[in-house]
Amino acid sequence: MTYVFQFGAVFASFPALLAGALLTIELSAGAMVFGLALAVACAFAKTSGRRWLRWSVTFYVEAIRNTPFLVQLFIIYFALPQLGLRLDANEAALFAMVVNLGAYATEIVRAGIEAVPHGQIEAGRALGLTRLQIFRFIVVFPAVRTVFPALASQFILLMLGSSVVAAVSTEELTGIANSLQSRTFRSFETYFVVTAMYLVMALGFRAVFAGLYWTIFRRGRPA
Amino acid sequence: MIREFGTNEFLFLLRAAQWTVVLSLIAFVVGGLFGIVVAVLRTQPFAPLRWAMTGYIQLFQGTPLLMQLFLVYFGLGLWGLRLDPWTAVVIGFTAYASAFLGEIWRGCIQAVPAVQWEAARALALPYGPTLALVILPQAVRIAIPPTVGFLVQIVKGTSLAAIIGFVELTRAGQLVTNATFRPMAVYCTVAAIYFVLCWPISLASHRLEKRFGAALPRAAARF
Repeated sequence: MTYVFQFGAVFASFPALLAGALLTIELSAGAMVFGLALAVACAFAKTSGRRWLRWSVTFYVEAIRNTPFLVQLFIIYFALPQLGLRLDANEAALFAMVVNLGAYATEIVRAGIEAVPHGQIEAGRALGLTRLQIFRFIVVFPAVRTVFPALASQFILLMLGSSVVAAVSTEELTGIANSLQSRTFRSFETYFVVTAMYLVMALGFRAVFAGLYWTIFRRGRPA
Repeated sequence: MIREFGTNEFLFLLRAAQWTVVLSLIAFVVGGLFGIVVAVLRTQPFAPLRWAMTGYIQLFQGTPLLMQLFLVYFGLGLWGLRLDPWTAVVIGFTAYASAFLGEIWRGCIQAVPAVQWEAARALALPYGPTLALVILPQAVRIAIPPTVGFLVQIVKGTSLAAIIGFVELTRAGQLVTNATFRPMAVYCTVAAIYFVLCWPISLASHRLEKRFGAALPRAAARF
């Protein structure tokens, strides 16, 4: 092997890569918040909703979980404009990530809901709480606590999977890397550095989730 | 000239789907063979090898699959090998699958109760036969549902090969879209083909999980 590695060109553009990483983090964080909200709503609909509601949630979850994220992204970015919904690259990326995460997290949250002891739900019913109140005050908190580790790994998978959104010209970390390597011809070096940045972000997110878990579920438990 | 999205285009997608299947099978089988090695090395008594395998797994689980593919693709070029998407994709997916399957199977090997190791040791069985004759046959039962489930991840993951120019189902969808300007029809068809490939595997994994999962607590209850 006679190749000489030159990382200089990559590090000269490091601020641009950092900006890309920031967008990756923003997109992922946004998708986590909205995706989890969507998942909790869908899990509620699936465990206690009407039959047609249950079926549409099941259809949504299975459709998303059995097709690739890249194809979902293409449908949202290239095909939705046919129906009159035109999103720019960032919006399409966020939308696709929310829809994708929502489906995976629905199944995770549902597993947590089913792990809540039935006696607690019956106690809520005996107190005359409505279904929504039971869900809101009794079920959702322990359910999310039970499955928090699974949710956290799903969140990190989402963040890593977001590298794909560069395919619709979103300028996040991978998008910046793509344009950087086509300008400098230092492809291997660029992707090597970017891969390391993703690894750091994955470890960072893992630490943040461990901290969140401790703050929310271990220390003072909110009522 | 703009073509219609007709039978020929649909058949083109189906032919491309064959490559998705071939690529998935290669990644699954070859990745599985290496995965066994990873899982065994990850659970054997010699610590440095165990650490190396932990690092290998962490590396692949903490970085995007797309970056892994890029690094293999451009890395091959550094050694003066031809930049061939097919080679890059096969190597990339095999390595990815070996890390994930290795981690899944490690969990299954460690889920076999420790008394089984101790009993084998009491009978003066050496490490190799203990692993092959006592532990692995029990681990395989636990391993089947998550392994089948991971096959779905591989099939969906192969869509990323489109980004480095390998013509499988997703790339074929892009090509047909460019010729017909019918993104909605084409990408929904592509998604449907993926769904037809993945849905039966998902169902099978779910069934197996129910069957073997139901057997697990009973087995544990005996201790």
